[in-house]
Amino acid sequence: MQLAYYPGCTIKVSAREHERAALAILRELGIALREMPEWNCCGVVHTLTGENLIRQMAPLRVLARLRQQGEREAVTLCDMCFNTLARANHLARTQPDQVSALNATSGGGLDYDGAGEVLHLLHLLRDRVGLAAIRKRVRRPLRDLVVYPYYGCKLLRPTGIGLDDPEMPTLLRDLMESLGATVVEGSLQTQCCGAYLAVDRAGLVTERVGATVEQARDAGAGAIVLSCPLCHFNFATLQPHAGAPLPVLYYTQAIGLAFGLDPAELGLDDRQMEALGRAVPSQALHDLAHARGGSA
Amino acid sequence: MTIAIGANGQSGALLRRVEALSGQRLAQCYQCGTCAAGCPFATAMDVLPDRLIRHLLFDMPGVLEREAFWVCVGCELCAQRCPRGIDVPRVMEALRLIALRTRGDQLPVAQITAVALENLPPIALVASLRRQTG
Repeated sequence: MQLAYYPGCTIKVSAREHERAALAILRELGIALREMPEWNCCGVVHTLTGENLIRQMAPLRVLARLRQQGEREAVTLCDMCFNTLARANHLARTQPDQVSALNATSGGGLDYDGAGEVLHLLHLLRDRVGLAAIRKRVRRPLRDLVVYPYYGCKLLRPTGIGLDDPEMPTLLRDLMESLGATVVEGSLQTQCCGAYLAVDRAGLVTERVGATVEQARDAGAGAIVLSCPLCHFNFATLQPHAGAPLPVLYYTQAIGLAFGLDPAELGLDDRQMEALGRAVPSQALHDLAHARGGSA
Repeated sequence: MTIAIGANGQSGALLRRVEALSGQRLAQCYQCGTCAAGCPFATAMDVLPDRLIRHLLFDMPGVLEREAFWVCVGCELCAQRCPRGIDVPRVMEALRLIALRTRGDQLPVAQITAVALENLPPIALVASLRRQTG
């Protein structure tokens, strides 16, 4: 299976490990992603007022390019890209006059028919590959790894765009259980981490991340598993801690570890693997941490 | 006791502007406080979302000087839960837009340090600039 791929800016800057891990696990599942030959920033946040049409130009241009490149579907790894592109797509379908108005300002370069589809990688894994196929590919089950899946906002809201039930999601739990991990949950899994407040109100992010990490630790978690590159930044760099911070993994990295892939190929360095090893007393993860390039 | 409404002397001009921009009818709000109860940033808001709506409805002074709508990141938990179907993040966005157009940028861009620019993910910077500069 081959699919068009929209990376977005952060995947190429501060979340390269997520891309590396995604490409590695997809290779194992027989799926190749072809990066769009031309793409631009999606705009990151969906504009919420009607009188700000110019802010729809960035995501609509991505969708128009996708169609000009002869594609219908594009996969993205970033929750913010996914949410912004999917909502712009919804706008294009429900208010095509808005696309026409923007197109008129761009010499026809934004001619978009609304026929594109934006897929989150988690859509692909859950709905096309299927959790049964993922389970079948597991070589090193994540036994004794206790994870707290964190969803945040953009995977789940608003309804109609989100991938799962906004109040009681199960997607990451099901995925982690298919890898053999133990899952613990709590009420803060679906609450915002503070997102871009990292820029000018980082204290608020630290407060939210701290409360979530505390809930995860109290439930017995040895690691947090999440999807969004902005959540990852906030949890990894703004996490308050007296001792060792709680390790933060992209779900793609967890899948890669369970597939028995080399941690280095998943963007996990020795320091991170040691932290993960400390979080997991079992021999299984200790072995995993030292399986440099070993194929199971 | 007399409750003075229309304190801005603008007979609801801000309310009408917010409703036009957000597409929301604020008179729908019955002040249950569900938005404030679920908001992860309520403790950092100088006025809670349900009260902000009330201030708009009563044309109370000082709404555009509030911090609350800058603290809101649009996580949409309140929109998901509002029993009256009010999309509160759209109300917040409308207030940001009006404030940006009348009072200028909120984010002191020049004060972002080189180290922060180096380390912050692009999505954090772009989102912050989109929401807090005009």
